[in-house]
Amino acid sequence: MPFGNTHNNFKLNYKVEEEFPDLSKHNNHMAKVLTKELYGKMRDKQTPSGYTLDDVIQTGVDNPGHPFIMTVGCVAGDEESYEVFKDLLDPVISDRHGGYKPTDKHKTDLNFENLKGGDDLDPNYVLSSRVRTGRSIKGFTLPPHNSRGERRLIEKLSVEALTSLDGEFKGKYYPLKSMTDAEQEQLIADHFLFDKPVSPLLTCAGMARDWPDARGIWHNDDKTFLVWVNEEDHLRVISMQKGGNMREVFRRFCVGLKRIEEIFKKHNHGFMWNEHLGYILTCPSNLGTGLRGGVHVKLPKLSTHAKFEEILKRLRLQKRGTGGVDTASVGGVFDISNADRLGSSEVDQVQLVVDGVKLMVEMEKKLEKGEAIDSMIPAQK
Amino acid sequence: MANTFRRLISSRSTAVLLASLGAGTMATGFLLSENGSLAAEMKKKLYPPSSDFPDLRKHNNCMASALTPAIYARLRDKLTPNNWTLDQCIQTGVDNPGHPFIKTVGCVAGDEESYEVFADLFDPVIKDRHNGYDPKTMTHPTDLDASKLTNGMFDDNYVLSSRVRTGRSIRGLSLPPACSRAERREVERVVVMALAGLKDDLSGRYYSLGEMTEKEQQQLIDDHFLFDKPVSPLLTCAFMARDWPDARGIWHNNEKTFLIWVNEEDHTRVISMEKGGNMKRVFERFCRGLKQVEHLIQERGWEFMWNERLGYVLTCPSNLGTGLRAGVHVRLPNLSKDPRFSKILDNLRLQKRGTGGVDTAATGDTFDISNNDRLGKSEVELVQLLVDGVHYLIDCEKKLEKGQDIKVPAPVTQFKK
Repeated sequence: MPFGNTHNNFKLNYKVEEEFPDLSKHNNHMAKVLTKELYGKMRDKQTPSGYTLDDVIQTGVDNPGHPFIMTVGCVAGDEESYEVFKDLLDPVISDRHGGYKPTDKHKTDLNFENLKGGDDLDPNYVLSSRVRTGRSIKGFTLPPHNSRGERRLIEKLSVEALTSLDGEFKGKYYPLKSMTDAEQEQLIADHFLFDKPVSPLLTCAGMARDWPDARGIWHNDDKTFLVWVNEEDHLRVISMQKGGNMREVFRRFCVGLKRIEEIFKKHNHGFMWNEHLGYILTCPSNLGTGLRGGVHVKLPKLSTHAKFEEILKRLRLQKRGTGGVDTASVGGVFDISNADRLGSSEVDQVQLVVDGVKLMVEMEKKLEKGEAIDSMIPAQK
Repeated sequence: MANTFRRLISSRSTAVLLASLGAGTMATGFLLSENGSLAAEMKKKLYPPSSDFPDLRKHNNCMASALTPAIYARLRDKLTPNNWTLDQCIQTGVDNPGHPFIKTVGCVAGDEESYEVFADLFDPVIKDRHNGYDPKTMTHPTDLDASKLTNGMFDDNYVLSSRVRTGRSIRGLSLPPACSRAERREVERVVVMALAGLKDDLSGRYYSLGEMTEKEQQQLIDDHFLFDKPVSPLLTCAFMARDWPDARGIWHNNEKTFLIWVNEEDHTRVISMEKGGNMKRVFERFCRGLKQVEHLIQERGWEFMWNERLGYVLTCPSNLGTGLRAGVHVRLPNLSKDPRFSKILDNLRLQKRGTGGVDTAATGDTFDISNNDRLGKSEVELVQLLVDGVHYLIDCEKKLEKGQDIKVPAPVTQFKK
């Protein structure tokens, strides 16, 4: 929807300098890229659905910086945003995704059989394994911009697609606004329930509008495959289970995604994808695979080692607390996942997690025995 | 020629014209992107108003009470001259189903014209919120002649401080939910320039929120003057915290008795205050200061948003009319424990709040007591009501101290016919 001021064309009566946001205290990718000239060039443009530059950047203007990480500071309102505002988004994408160029092509590989190993991570250390991604449905605008009517149609289509799944994917949909207390308790206990976003990164981008209208959670009976509808993206797809069998998690992930995509394609609403940016999602940080594959792993000794951060960096992995992004680790248990999203395939990224975690667990065991790990520190991947 | 055409295409309202030219024209081709996604206007056909009507079944605010599918259908595709829509007016009410203590309004104006273009919604909301005031048939009296106030001095043993606040909007600029950064900065420029012209007991200084020093900030906090980025979802969901702290600031006179907030929930909030019970002086300064500021902006060709239907036009419909809240911090240890306290306040058309302002609880026995009403009575009338009411409350308190009984007063009448 049009945001606070974004369709206010009175602003075009003012000079660029008068309209340009004050980004002098800001530290996010958008603030680093956006100049007065760029702003002047794009400020009167809009996508066919009416999304404007001010819509794209509002979240970055309102949130100068995150204490721990360099945030992106801009979002897409629809598929065309990445085209119409490429003069801003291409450099942001390049900064965020390791120098990815506007001419680069992204490889998609959801053939789980291409993954080597991954079924033997030590369950004494690896407590759980999880792979998530997002998908956007073609023909609809994205969560920062969509109207209630669109969001409801997205929900309707998603529920139709999901409830037609069978076998290991047979499951049930729980709309947020009508779940019973008992259902809510169960979903919380299963760690499935998502709540109204409180992070200003999301609320300032308009993603919490009309909550909880047309939001919900679907999961299979086995509780190993879960889909969030209309949270930060149209769909967030999650495959997970206890223990270290990442191979099985990834298999289920790939198979499930393919099944869902087939059903959407039949309704002429495939997923947003192109060969430059891969899967199109709301936040530029999730372009490409949109994939975060990770484990909860016990690394009390390794995590206090001086070279821990360096090891993670070389393995192309990142750490988070077990509450997810922006949380601290509890009891030496870390959430370790791939750092990359764009420029490498799903298989590549999960392979990095599998190989990297295996190595780190071996390092942990060595440190337990009081041995050094210097010879094990890998080269930059 | 090409330039004017390009400028035409970039405007939303002319997209309707172009779309209506039908398929096969160059204009429509421009509106459809390569992968066939729909232009804004085409979407209106695919999504009738009924598909967009918000789910208000669990809601309890004035907007939810007034908005019907029929009204929504009539208004959904309308635009104010500023391109502000109904959906933007009501977003805050959709996102905030209800306040635990009070029935919130649930909609805001993006500009002066919102109240006209969306009158089918705002009129019943105004009626609901302002005790039956009907903007279609009634007129609002404005009276800032402080000399008419009688009995305006309170017993300092009970009244700790006195305060009057209102808001003013600058005509021609969009309101805080809708304003662009340039418009907001223009508000700041216009107001700060005017305030620099105030003299004598009103002469003072402006502190920009983004540029004040740590020391200045601490002083403003100690004086209880500093306002912070809104955290209430009632405001943030209405887009009022955008671009914070750009073009926001605080002006106050050297004596610290006249204070103006720039670009918080309204273009300006004007506050006159002092310790003790001299409401007469507070109101006198209030009226004088307001008149002077108005004069100073008029010198430069600006004016306040005002009309005789709605009085002073502000962002929230609850503040239309006078936008005036006159109040005191008053100690009522005995009366506050009396079960008739709420009824007495009701009949006097007063409300109580904690000493932290709206949505706070009272600490100890000190209450913030102020007028309920904003629209349909003039400034003088409302402050007189407050004055008479507070005298009555203090009287009750004194009686209870002496062990005497008190009476619930007859209810004050609504509007003068």
